[in-house]
Amino acid sequence: MKFHWFVVPFSAGLIFLILYLIILYTKWIVKLPKSDKKILSGTVFSSKIFNIVWEIFSEALLHIRIFRKNVLLGYMHSSFAFGWFLLIVTGAIETQLFASKPINHLYEPIFFKFFNTTAPNNSLHKAFAFLMDLWLLYVLSGIFLALSKRFYSRIMGLKKTTQLYWTDQIALISLWLIFPLRLLAESSTTATYQNGSFLTNTAGIYLEQHFNISNMSIYLWWAYSIDLLIFFGLLPFSRYMHIPTEIVLIALRHAGFKTKNEINSFSQIEIHSCSSCGICIDACQLQSVTNRNNMVPTYLFQKERYGKVLKPDLYNCLFCGRCEEACPVNISIINIKLARRKERLLKSKQNYQYLSKIQPTSTTTEILYFAGCMSHLTPSITRSMIKIFEHLNISYYFLDKDDTICCGRPLMLAGKIQDAQKLIEKNTDLIKASKAKIMITSCPICYKIFNEEYNLPVKVMHHSQWLSESLTDCNKLKLNQSAKTAVYHDPCDLGRGSNIYDEPRNVLKQLLNVIDKKAIQKEKSLCCGGSLADFYLNENDRVKIARNAYVQLINDEDYLITSCPLCKKTFQKVADKPVLDIAEIIVYNLS
Amino acid sequence: MSKSFGFLKKNDRTIDYDKNDRALFYYLMRVEPSAALCIACGACTATCSSGNFSSLDLHKIMLSIRRGEKVYIAKEITQCVLCGKCQLVCPKNVNTRGIIFQIMSFLQSSQL
Amino acid sequence: MNSDVLVIGGGIAGIEAATNLYLLGYSVTLVEQESELGGHVAQWNKLFPNYKNAHQIIQTLLQQLPGDITILRSTKIIHLSEKDRLFSVNLSNNSTITTKTILIATGYDLFDARLKEEYGYKIYDNVITSAELESLLRQNKPILTKQGKEPSRIGFVHCVGSRDRKINNLYCSKVCCVTAVKQAIEIRQKLPFCEAYCFYMDLRMYGLNFEELYNESQEKYGVTFIRGRLSEASETIDGKLILKVEDTLLGRPLKMTIDMLVLMVGMVPSKGTNFLIKELGLHINNGHFIASNDEHLRANHTNKHGIFVAGSASSPKTIDDTLADARSAAMAIHQFFKNSKL
Repeated sequence: MKFHWFVVPFSAGLIFLILYLIILYTKWIVKLPKSDKKILSGTVFSSKIFNIVWEIFSEALLHIRIFRKNVLLGYMHSSFAFGWFLLIVTGAIETQLFASKPINHLYEPIFFKFFNTTAPNNSLHKAFAFLMDLWLLYVLSGIFLALSKRFYSRIMGLKKTTQLYWTDQIALISLWLIFPLRLLAESSTTATYQNGSFLTNTAGIYLEQHFNISNMSIYLWWAYSIDLLIFFGLLPFSRYMHIPTEIVLIALRHAGFKTKNEINSFSQIEIHSCSSCGICIDACQLQSVTNRNNMVPTYLFQKERYGKVLKPDLYNCLFCGRCEEACPVNISIINIKLARRKERLLKSKQNYQYLSKIQPTSTTTEILYFAGCMSHLTPSITRSMIKIFEHLNISYYFLDKDDTICCGRPLMLAGKIQDAQKLIEKNTDLIKASKAKIMITSCPICYKIFNEEYNLPVKVMHHSQWLSESLTDCNKLKLNQSAKTAVYHDPCDLGRGSNIYDEPRNVLKQLLNVIDKKAIQKEKSLCCGGSLADFYLNENDRVKIARNAYVQLINDEDYLITSCPLCKKTFQKVADKPVLDIAEIIVYNLS
Repeated sequence: MSKSFGFLKKNDRTIDYDKNDRALFYYLMRVEPSAALCIACGACTATCSSGNFSSLDLHKIMLSIRRGEKVYIAKEITQCVLCGKCQLVCPKNVNTRGIIFQIMSFLQSSQL
Repeated sequence: MNSDVLVIGGGIAGIEAATNLYLLGYSVTLVEQESELGGHVAQWNKLFPNYKNAHQIIQTLLQQLPGDITILRSTKIIHLSEKDRLFSVNLSNNSTITTKTILIATGYDLFDARLKEEYGYKIYDNVITSAELESLLRQNKPILTKQGKEPSRIGFVHCVGSRDRKINNLYCSKVCCVTAVKQAIEIRQKLPFCEAYCFYMDLRMYGLNFEELYNESQEKYGVTFIRGRLSEASETIDGKLILKVEDTLLGRPLKMTIDMLVLMVGMVPSKGTNFLIKELGLHINNGHFIASNDEHLRANHTNKHGIFVAGSASSPKTIDDTLADARSAAMAIHQFFKNSKL
């Protein structure tokens, strides 16, 4: 039997890790919401399994999404994950093929060179030895990059990199040491037996000449094993928990699990799948413009794991969704924050008895117009919509002409989901009573909740959609083309929030020259800073964010065009060019 | 209690500064100091989505915070829908919505 | 062309300062971008608090203006540069002036009321600014709504563009409150059947006779003052405006339909003032106007040696304040010359 006492730390660490993970994951899976669990059993025997395997391969190992963000960063992440994976797999096969005894101990592939000192004598064995050295070099190159990232993150496209918690730091050091120690330990053996390949053999010869490394051999193997113990021991309590958890996440997500309004064990899996890669730091405008860190997902999830999440960590956030868009693990950051917000205000209940005083009006028009609260402060938008209706001879009913009952989204954003439900019910009654077929709203905030939380008998459209339809389908609106230039700003709730990117652009293309700013448009659009989701941001910081976004959007174009009353109002404070709503620019160009 | 031991409390309308608890005010001064900027111009109330239908009157709430009229605040604040229009019209840039949120979380944790 | 002092801006501050500098014995050049001197005051009708004719004030100031002063009308500053404590100033008429000192009297612009979109200026038919009302009064034109009717109710909104952090103007423009009172009285005089309402946050009747004017407006003319800031206006089909304000003194919401809304627009640094701030690297104060070196002792000095400021280029001022400030600037420049000769 091949044994040496130094294998004990490694084996103990591995057994602990496996047991710990089995217990934890079983607990999480058992605790998954019952209603969703059915889908799990359905998934195992479906074609989804191929998607799951592919995504695990491409994301948990290769990290393709990070490659798309930055090639070096992607290489760094993949070298650790895929490189180590290759070492393990190739090592296991190597042990099966070339170990003298058929019994393959748990630890034998890891310490293969120590136990199997015969130099490779056939080409297959040489090839394996070569591969093992190659994979080791691959991982080592990743460590080199990781080190440089700590000193100069910009080479990997990151302006800032995550500041780590102490557990993470120790785990990080132990991870970084695994592979250099492995190289040293293997070299110390190959120095005597020449049983390695291009890397370990050469290193062995060199180190033997200068440091007599073969004398230290046993200590190096001990160090290598103990380091593995430290890493395995710390893994469940550090950010490296993401390595196994991401695999579980990918499988469950394909099975259809989601974090909705509450934190369940799936959310815990999401939280633990965050690798603290730090890509979200640069995406966050609160971070880059106002220098806040606490709400950035990488830090928020750090606190979820180790410490106490404080109120500002949850409520000082724009919910713009830029972090979620950037996240290479696709964690549903906003829903997790929202669910956490809900927990904070459970005892606070609103009283909307006054709503019962409001009686629905029945109308016969086909079109309902719901301007939304904010649009009442931008009469340019509501007046333009009315002018367009009149121009087209469309009879419409202005549902909230005098008094708006809030759509409920602002309450939801505060986490008061049950209270929002009362407004949703009331508005639903009012809308149902109208017998209209289409409801047009001017506010993306309203649009999002109408679509997601309401169950309405009418087709809900944002006015940019309706305008686009009126322009293309019926050829009803005749417009003049102007030579002016404009940039279109995607409002968060309309773009990332509701996936409406093309309709406003289709409209604008027929009116003027729309200048693209690809880096900050569509999915990557900036937040204006006016967001209703943030309860802490003071006006000065909101203005800072707006100004920062505005100067990136507008160089020498004539207009900034948007389709949200809140964006319009926010940008107006900092703009030196007209900020117009899409409806306004149509009225300007009506022929 | 207006009656006790045969005494009639002189005036229920009095803001009793000696008895009122101004803890909410001090809490807000710590977490959202813009609360102190309010000049009670009433723009928030005029634009208020809930105020159109109910007794919700933010400028009175803002004054009541400073006076320590907690019972009034606790009753009225429940009618707010957090729509945020008040914040957009406030000439003093008071973070009204943030203040209402802080009041809600203060009241839910304090025994009233 | 050489001169001791170049006065930029031919409003009342520029005229008054130029006159006094000339009387102190300096050679003065006065540059004005418009074709006529007089600035904003030439646009006004009657002045608060005593209904004095604005035209008269300009007349008097112009009569006092000595003939020996070089006055360049319809002339703009293109570029300024400094060398050895001498400024050379390129003008739009292609000439260059070399001067030892510059007095900035470029004043203010009226706040662009479109920036308070919720009031509906240029969106609703019957929303006008106080300057537009003043011009109607000056030309003695009939005051009519867009629909051609005589209004039966007019509302005045105070603090439009002043004391408003939303537009980053933290200061009080000083003249709007009392102007609203004056204009409300004039409306009542001209249209006896038209009601006048003032919507204010705080009434600032600080000057001599301001309070009297305010009293008169209520006692004699029945102007009604409502303490509540307008947050939004909406328009009816027939062009009337519906105002929703909180009557903060009663603590109850108030709804009112009016025929015409007058926005009391405040002061912002004029385009010319902003141009000079940039061109000369002048410091600005909290209101974005030109900062004085010391508010108390060196109110007319700027951070640049040899450059002075007079009138509302440094902060909103009434006519009286402006004239006094102009004379004070003349004395500051006089001191400057005396000290530099020593």
